[in-house]
Amino acid sequence: MIIGWNSGPAPSLVLLLGLIAGWLGLGLAGLLRPHSVGFVARVIFPVGALVGLAVGLVGLGALRPGSLPQTLVLPLGLPDLPFHLRLDALAGFFVLLLGAAGMGISIFAAGYFRAGQGTAPGLLCLQYHVFLASMALVLLADDAYLFMVAWETMALSSYFLVTTQHRIPEIRRAGFLYLLIAHVGAIGILLSFGVLQGGSWRFTFDAMRGQTLGPAWASVAFLLALGGFGAKAGLVPMHVWLPEAHPAAPSPVSALMSGVMLKTAVYGFLRVSFDLLHAPQWWWGGVALAVGLGTGLFGAVFAAVQTDMKRLLAYSSIENVGLIFTAVGLGLLFQSFGLHLFAALALSAALIHALNHALFKSLLFLATGSVLHATGERNLGKLGGLIRRMPWVATVALVGTLAIAGLPPLNGFVSEWLLLQAFLSTPEIPQPFVNMLVPLGAAALALTVALAGYVMVKFYGVIFLGQPREPALAEAHPAGWLERIGLTWLALGCVVLGAFPRLLLDAAAPITASLVGATVRRGRFAWAIAPIAPERASYSGLLFLAGILGVVGFTFLAVRRIYHGRVRRTAPWDCGYPWQTPRMQDTAEGFGQPIRHIFGSAFRLERELPSPWDTAPRYRIHIEDRLWRLLYVPLGRAVQRLADAVAVVQGGRLAVYLLYAFLTLIGLLVFVL
Amino acid sequence: MPAPTLTAQLLNGFAAGLLLISFSMLSQRRTRALITLFAWQGAILFASTSLVAYSAGLRHLWYSAALTLVLKVFLLPFILLRLVRRLEAQWDTETLLNIPTTMLLGVGLVIFAFGLAQPISALATTITRNTLGIALAIILLAFLMMITRRKAVTQVVGFLAMENGLFFAATSATYGMPMVVELGIALDVLVGVLILGIFFFQIREQFESLDLHHLETLKED
Repeated sequence: MIIGWNSGPAPSLVLLLGLIAGWLGLGLAGLLRPHSVGFVARVIFPVGALVGLAVGLVGLGALRPGSLPQTLVLPLGLPDLPFHLRLDALAGFFVLLLGAAGMGISIFAAGYFRAGQGTAPGLLCLQYHVFLASMALVLLADDAYLFMVAWETMALSSYFLVTTQHRIPEIRRAGFLYLLIAHVGAIGILLSFGVLQGGSWRFTFDAMRGQTLGPAWASVAFLLALGGFGAKAGLVPMHVWLPEAHPAAPSPVSALMSGVMLKTAVYGFLRVSFDLLHAPQWWWGGVALAVGLGTGLFGAVFAAVQTDMKRLLAYSSIENVGLIFTAVGLGLLFQSFGLHLFAALALSAALIHALNHALFKSLLFLATGSVLHATGERNLGKLGGLIRRMPWVATVALVGTLAIAGLPPLNGFVSEWLLLQAFLSTPEIPQPFVNMLVPLGAAALALTVALAGYVMVKFYGVIFLGQPREPALAEAHPAGWLERIGLTWLALGCVVLGAFPRLLLDAAAPITASLVGATVRRGRFAWAIAPIAPERASYSGLLFLAGILGVVGFTFLAVRRIYHGRVRRTAPWDCGYPWQTPRMQDTAEGFGQPIRHIFGSAFRLERELPSPWDTAPRYRIHIEDRLWRLLYVPLGRAVQRLADAVAVVQGGRLAVYLLYAFLTLIGLLVFVL
Repeated sequence: MPAPTLTAQLLNGFAAGLLLISFSMLSQRRTRALITLFAWQGAILFASTSLVAYSAGLRHLWYSAALTLVLKVFLLPFILLRLVRRLEAQWDTETLLNIPTTMLLGVGLVIFAFGLAQPISALATTITRNTLGIALAIILLAFLMMITRRKAVTQVVGFLAMENGLFFAATSATYGMPMVVELGIALDVLVGVLILGIFFFQIREQFESLDLHHLETLKED
């Protein structure tokens, strides 16, 4: 293969391409012994994880201060339409995210996949590694052609991964819904690129950067990109595939989709709105902000009432994507008013939250995978008390839970704090109308984040704390060592990035410098940040960590050593009520009830309440998204009607079909005449 | 207007013969006779191509003519006749439209084709230019035959007749297509007929008849 470069050598990019080829090769190697779990899981997946680590390191290299964008033209693809590749800071950041999360997930997957029904392990391995490689190519693409090829490969490979258990009809249905919305989104992206080329008919991103579109066309391109990437990211109202597809997929795949794939949509949106379109209009930011906030609130509220642990996490992903888009929208808003420093702050918040979410959401999805394997249960109502059976998983899940709830000293707090700081800077906006409305957004943000905390208390409390709700849970076995390594890697990421938040700002700095022309202030110490000015607001993660560890440690010592040191294990006081059973604990439904009550109008409820005389009482509640009936069902009916109308043409008679061809021929001849 | 040369007159005669055969194919209801007519059409095509090749002194047209002779006069009719015998489908009875109506439609098509060809013939410099309208008419008539027939075999004959018309159009407008293209088309036609032959057996196997209206049941509802 000949590799031609057009602007000097590109060592990192070539290395990265080699690693991507390595992933593809590993995938193909899985086909050598497609039914051998031992070979695929214990050999290929760990090697794939090492490749992921290397990918992450190359991505990190692209974020070094002073490293220039590297470009490469690969003579592949169609004639006269080679693949253009580019590794700049923005791509590098997301490559880092992909590598770091992919490493943990692949190690976990090595211990997770077993022989069973559904796709053969070798085939699964191929799909998994193609998925990873296509995500990397999406990030590296520097022309619309390669971007779309990689984007569709990503959608297809993940579709096959979602439908691993393809013998179950619900899973096939979930996969189809996912594929459908992915394609609708892809059409939006394609059209957006079509507008962005601005009549030059050159589809490299370089050419698009050079175009100056009129404000109307630029807005069209922006809205198409928001819709297209929003469909993949799961913005309301195109979120419906997320809570279906994520629970259907095997846990490592859910982790990869939620942690990494949603971020490729964020990447694409950033690429289009900040890089390819260089002069944002202020209302773009407003639209993205409103959609993002709506999505965030929607996700948090729905997550609070779920009873399936993976669905709960899927809604939580919707919420987090909403927060990321909120931050991006805020960045666009600041940028359009020329407030570059604040734009950099908001953009940093978006990027950092994307990275953080990749770490903690992957961690939580993997933890649910371990729980699922140990117990065979996804329903929160049948779990409980697992902290005693699976202490390791419970500990790392606690880290993930605290991080996603946005509590210091973990990484989730950093990005949410930055986002809030960005919101608090909105009084600088010169437009009085926007100036008045945006603080409402800050309130909505606070509500969303608080609800997310509520959701996570429910998630952790119901699964790991309390008493086991089913007798079978006593046989739950702890996770294997490969699974533990994967989980610990991700948890360590949460802790380290939370304790040393400046590392995150350092990673985001080259991107904000190139996209909005400013960087936030970075202090002297890795463990403290003060993005605008130290007297305004500052946060030092390590101090919090040390404080918390100190207090916990001291309390532990005080109780065990100083107090009296005699610990008895005994049943808790039962208020004198003798017939306590584990079923009397607060349930997932019960915990979510206040939210269901307050936000009642958002849901469509179907309840079956048992009567007092039932000998075998069953309580069933089905919560449905109103949007499904309001938007999707009428849309589906309209499409069906249209299709029926068109199907009249297909009468089944050969003579009629020939007549169509004949009339077309005559018509064309008349037209020529 | 000078009197046309003998060659041109002969060519016009051949063209008229082709058109006449097209019409008789349109009205012919028996399959074996239809195939015989198709062979005759090929023979006239061979004669006219040879004539053009002789008068214009073009070597590659001789090859085309030879190809026509072998393929369309002998090989394809032979295959088709054998097929018809094996399938016992000599009697194609009814058409979708009755014959007089079809003929009237055909006349309309011929007028349309001539009207269409006029501006093109005016531009052409070949001695065969007047025949372009006829060539177009043959194509359209063959198409009409495909539409109005019910049996699979007659549809294939219609398809082959259409190819004849195209070939004639090519020789009359531009002294034929490049050799490579012509060879490719000839091979396509041959392979097409073989594949369709296999299909006929399959269709009959499935429905115990070659009547195409059985295929309507294949539509998905």
